[in-house]
Amino acid sequence: MTTSTRGASRTPAVLVLEDGRIFRGRAYGAVGVTFGEAVFSTGMTGYQETLTDPSYHRQVVVMTAPHVGNTGVNDEDPESKRIWVAGYVVRDPARVPSNWRSRRSLDEELTKQGVVGISGIDTRALTRHLRERGAMRVGIFSGNALPDEGTMLAEVRQAPEMKGASLYEEVATTEAYVVPAIGEKKFTVAAVDLGIKGMTPHRMAERGIEVHVLPATATAEDIYAVGPDGVFFSNGPGDPEKAEHPVSLMREVLERKTPLFGICFGNQILGRALGFGTYKLKYGHRGINQPVQDRTTGKVEVTAHNHGFAVDAPLDRVSDTPYGRAEVSHVCLNDQVVEGLQLLDQPAFSVQYHPEAAAGPHDAAYLFDRFVELMAEKGAQRA
Amino acid sequence: MPKRTDIQSVLVIGSGPIVIGQAAEFDYSGTQACRVLKAEGLRVILVNSNPATIMTDPEIADATYVEPITPEFVEKIIVKERPDALLPTLGGQTALNTAISMHEQGVLEKYGVELIGANVEAINKGEDRDLFKDVVEAVRAKIGHGESARSYICHSMDDVLKGVEQLGGYPVVVRPSFTMGGAGSGFAHDEEELRRIAGQGLTLSPTTEVLLEESILGWKEYELELMRDKHDNVVVVCSIENFDPMGVHTGDSITVAPAMTLTDREYQRLRDIGIAIIREVGVDTGGCNIQFAVNPDDGRIIVIEMNPRVSRSSALASKATGFPIAKIAAKLAVGYTLDEIPNDITEKTPASFEPTLDYVVVKAPRFAFEKFPSADSTLTTTMKSVGEAMAIGRNFTEALQKALRSLEKKGSQFTFVGEPGDKTALLEEAIRPTDGRINSVMQAIRAGATQEEVFESTKIDPWFVDQLFLIKELADELAAADRLDPSLLAEAKRHGFSDAQIAEIRGLREDVVREVRHALGVRPVYKTVDTCAAEFAAKTPYFYSSYDEENEVAPREKPAVIILGSGPNRIGQGIEFDYSCVHASFALSDAGYETVMVNCNPETVSTDYDTSDRLYFEPLTLEDVLEIVHAESLAGPIAGVIVQLGGQTPLGLSQALKDNGVPVVGTPPEAIHAAEDRGAFGQVLAEAGLPAPKHGTATTFAGAKAIADEIGYPVLVRPSYVLGGRGMEIVYDETRLEAYIAESTEISPSRPVLVDRFLDDAIEIDVDALYDGHELYLGGVMEHIEEAGIHSGDSACALPPITLGGFDIKRLRASTEAIAKGVGVRGLINIQFAMAGDILYVLEANPRASRTVPFTSKATAVPLAKAAARISLGATIAELRAEGLLPASGDGGTLPLDAPISVKEAVMPWSRFRDIHGRGVDTILGPEMRSTGEVMGIDSVFGTAYAKSQAAAYGPLPTKGRAFISVANRDKRSMIFPARELVAHGFELLATSGTAEVLKRNGIHATVVRKQSEGTGPNGERTIVQLIHEGEVDLIVNTPYGTGGRLDGYDIRTAAVARSVPCLTTVQALAAAVQGIDALNHGDVGVRSLQEHAEHLTAARD
Repeated sequence: MTTSTRGASRTPAVLVLEDGRIFRGRAYGAVGVTFGEAVFSTGMTGYQETLTDPSYHRQVVVMTAPHVGNTGVNDEDPESKRIWVAGYVVRDPARVPSNWRSRRSLDEELTKQGVVGISGIDTRALTRHLRERGAMRVGIFSGNALPDEGTMLAEVRQAPEMKGASLYEEVATTEAYVVPAIGEKKFTVAAVDLGIKGMTPHRMAERGIEVHVLPATATAEDIYAVGPDGVFFSNGPGDPEKAEHPVSLMREVLERKTPLFGICFGNQILGRALGFGTYKLKYGHRGINQPVQDRTTGKVEVTAHNHGFAVDAPLDRVSDTPYGRAEVSHVCLNDQVVEGLQLLDQPAFSVQYHPEAAAGPHDAAYLFDRFVELMAEKGAQRA
Repeated sequence: MPKRTDIQSVLVIGSGPIVIGQAAEFDYSGTQACRVLKAEGLRVILVNSNPATIMTDPEIADATYVEPITPEFVEKIIVKERPDALLPTLGGQTALNTAISMHEQGVLEKYGVELIGANVEAINKGEDRDLFKDVVEAVRAKIGHGESARSYICHSMDDVLKGVEQLGGYPVVVRPSFTMGGAGSGFAHDEEELRRIAGQGLTLSPTTEVLLEESILGWKEYELELMRDKHDNVVVVCSIENFDPMGVHTGDSITVAPAMTLTDREYQRLRDIGIAIIREVGVDTGGCNIQFAVNPDDGRIIVIEMNPRVSRSSALASKATGFPIAKIAAKLAVGYTLDEIPNDITEKTPASFEPTLDYVVVKAPRFAFEKFPSADSTLTTTMKSVGEAMAIGRNFTEALQKALRSLEKKGSQFTFVGEPGDKTALLEEAIRPTDGRINSVMQAIRAGATQEEVFESTKIDPWFVDQLFLIKELADELAAADRLDPSLLAEAKRHGFSDAQIAEIRGLREDVVREVRHALGVRPVYKTVDTCAAEFAAKTPYFYSSYDEENEVAPREKPAVIILGSGPNRIGQGIEFDYSCVHASFALSDAGYETVMVNCNPETVSTDYDTSDRLYFEPLTLEDVLEIVHAESLAGPIAGVIVQLGGQTPLGLSQALKDNGVPVVGTPPEAIHAAEDRGAFGQVLAEAGLPAPKHGTATTFAGAKAIADEIGYPVLVRPSYVLGGRGMEIVYDETRLEAYIAESTEISPSRPVLVDRFLDDAIEIDVDALYDGHELYLGGVMEHIEEAGIHSGDSACALPPITLGGFDIKRLRASTEAIAKGVGVRGLINIQFAMAGDILYVLEANPRASRTVPFTSKATAVPLAKAAARISLGATIAELRAEGLLPASGDGGTLPLDAPISVKEAVMPWSRFRDIHGRGVDTILGPEMRSTGEVMGIDSVFGTAYAKSQAAAYGPLPTKGRAFISVANRDKRSMIFPARELVAHGFELLATSGTAEVLKRNGIHATVVRKQSEGTGPNGERTIVQLIHEGEVDLIVNTPYGTGGRLDGYDIRTAAVARSVPCLTTVQALAAAVQGIDALNHGDVGVRSLQEHAEHLTAARD
């Protein structure tokens, strides 16, 4: 335990939004400068998972929960090998971590990984601002000699925008690897890594699936080289409009009618592959309390979300696509955003949210079972 | 799936009187439910014996029965109303137990009443410890997590002793089945403790069952609030973490929402277990609460228990999140699903989500150990707190410090001046959980304790411990700083320091700190509780303060009235005051004002965001109120601040608010002073020519003796400036007077003791009245059943007065008017009179809403608090009569002869407290108030009304059997007639030798039984205490003489409490009980709704 004085850091920090609004606080994590898209996440637990989720690449994440870092950092909960967020905004960082699994403090971890953050600002005011004005570019500047506001604002406005950004290649694995099935192996899945979270292959492995995680640049040959019973497209950062390679890759999978499952970015890829449009939400869905209705059963599940883009598909009817009829299978009850798609004439479906959770509730874990069923049916047909 | 169409009428059962463990939260939830059901077009029938509730207001339900909540009376209501369904999950354990018992008796089936909201099987699975263990087992088999503490079910003392061996020895936890608020449970460290706790537990449990459990003392404790709909959609509304680790009842713990020290994986595991449990138990629709213990060393999770109903925690969770659990539970019960119900706060998102918080909520319990000096103050698994305060802040430190100052109790806030004391001794002290342990911990930290040492002593989670260190470090900085610079001041405020605390640290006056702070521009902003961490726009102005950047209070046009609530419930200031505040809000809203409520009590209706136009969930200190007034004055015009309705808390702020330029409406502060200051009030009485009992003040025993000698014993003595009769005592002789002066710590030259002539054998009378400066409206006259000298809050009373004639009423009216005028009242006044011989003495006057306002309002069908609020803002009684808010003619002093008789009875918390030796505390009534709640019995004649009040408060009066009588000498004469009546009703009388002798001389046979002090007789004759314990006595009459000695009576009365035998401690109560027994023995006792009573009364008035 530490005997530090109050407020871990007294180094000043400034958060500058591209529309000119400025928040002054204290440095948190690494001292320096960072830029990204300002987004807020409303989860009250799971900061480690959030920080290490590749979908947050190039985003500065504002935590609406005021106390962050209370349980420290452990070695089991990260969703990838590093922290991906471009910057981190919290109100009251913990001075002392408390948890039997904690290995070090979050502050130390952020510093070690060079993640620039800011603490002590009115995160609720910032969240309300983003809600009303939409996600936007932001810069965090910390240190004892900061440039003037005009200079900082100019720098923020030079940073790249999220719309039109192709980012998945930057986060995906460059080498294929295998996550072995837990227990008896029943299926093989080729998972195209567009920014995959560690929990996703784990959820499949728990169900007897051997997961071959392939780089985002994988070709159809690479996919079918592993002899897959099903193909999976992962979550990931960036604008789906720029994801030409994954879209054409998915079309090849759809052509061959291999059972297909997509999550998040993977859902947007399926949408585009089917001919639907995608668009950027004003401020996105980021949190672990979102009500999603499974339209086939009418049941509501509380789900984990992290998406700034969404699929534009009609809710009120079945659509015809090059791969047969498709419908919106899931919808977010807060704002009627499309949260899932399914093909009616061949085994393919996807969801916009995170059934693997981590962080978040486990209500939607049944979707992995659904994927298993599709593969089992397909197998049965083949046999 | 929309609402069910096969249900047209619903019976809702309330929770009855406020008792420890079952308080105002059930008024809040019941009121919400009734409103929802009524809005759905259902006929709502309500039964609740507690008149001080909003839910029993005649407009909340269609038919409101203020009748005892017993299967017998509820059946009468069912026979009369023939409801389609019964909703038992909103009235606490009382409602649930009543419903279960009616189900078991076949009553529900007989009349075709469907239980909704919970089925019997689910209730049993949730509540029966054995069945619940199976549930947890089944869940573990399904999802691999969660287990029960290793335990052993016992039905006899032999089982209990065997059980300890099975569990591997002491300590063990003892938990009786089916008792509310954990009544009767505790830790046993050895066989003696075990025999005592388990023995009582076996008796308390309606199924004679207790559970022994492995000790998980010191583990982390969590609660989840869940809701499920009929489509099996489940949401977790809130997680709550206890600051105090396992071993302290959650109602007595400082609790925090959301959970602060769980990773997502651990939290989701609790969530998974919770959801699996609600499914396994089979709660079809509605809410439930599940408690968990988590081993801080390895995360092992133990499921402690569940409540398959709305609970105290769900009320807290509703206030903490903005998600109205009871309201939604009611909608689910009539067929809606979560996704069909809109979230009130955002209006556009559905209720099928999980609230997320961007603030921290801290609840702190309020205790009343000072009222029970002999009670053991160690906190255990039996709940002992009488109320709670909740505070919201943007961080834990801010919320914690706000919660502690909301408790409004000397020493509840952290103090950083003076010598902290010895570190080792403080750490030792902190091992034992008590009221104020957190303050001992803070002093230990000041004395140099390390974080590790604090954790070792208390097992409070290291993160929380560090937060206390953070507060202490800031206090050090404040003390060391050269001056209060803006950044340091802002930082201190950001961590919840009050101006008063800063002043103390800096050696300044509070108002000086405030001036400096304002000059530096350091002021709070107000944030909104919105269920969604600002993800969506909130439509409901439910605010809390924080020292942050952006203010969310929107401008408004209409003039606002700010109503100050009453803070945490405590003995002497409870739900009755909340009732008046809520009424003011309704009346002023109807009159075109924007209503703004300020309160910090999460149990109440006033802190429902639906009650007022704006809600500030804030402490009721001068600082916090001034800041709210400031914020609202920037938002729009302020018509005034009402301090008169929330009891002493806001009344005490009156002068300071006025001095700060706040427009206090209603009775002005000077008038309040005139009533409260003895000298000034004496002058008011003298000018009006009204007598008060002889009195004097003294600061020494010699002085007090001189006064007592002059005015004659007995005398009523009390320290000045106290509330609720604190420290008040009737002293019969000089010896006791000397001891009293010596014992009292409150007496000093600046705080003299008041010595009043005690009016022995006087009739005490309470009057509630309205005064507008010209006209008096006599709200009601209540005649106490017990003689003067028993605190009015603990005394039963009847309205209209049953032995006073027209002439007396006339005198009361004249005196009341003279006082109201002399004091300068604008609104409500309550005056206590004593009629001794033919003289009407004035005991005291309170220029505010009194505890009896709801009772008087219900008994006379006139909304007094609403009228008072209107008068405060300038309406006259004549205008209110014309408007119809008050009757066109007549008042509470001119009730028609056939008006119903209402009896109010106080409910005492004796069974909750034990002394350090595990013995019960004495149950005698005195001038110090100790009741936690009240009930009302209403009927056409006094006897029946009294019998109903007893049935509602303590269980039915016996109509036959054995009555034991033992009275003090001074009561022997008055006992003869009632005793004869008892014999006439077929009772066999038992008496101790002295009383038996008196009875025999009057020709009444009584069997002599041995006193406890005589011990068992030579031939094994049992003592009265043994007889009571063995269930052979049905009624006990035992009046005490003085409060000093541990007389026989003590054992008798505590045995009566332990065995739940009706025990009358005054002869007046005996006389009333005899009338009640007489009524019960003569024909059927009927039920009648308040609406019917009102209709009858209105017709009779015309």
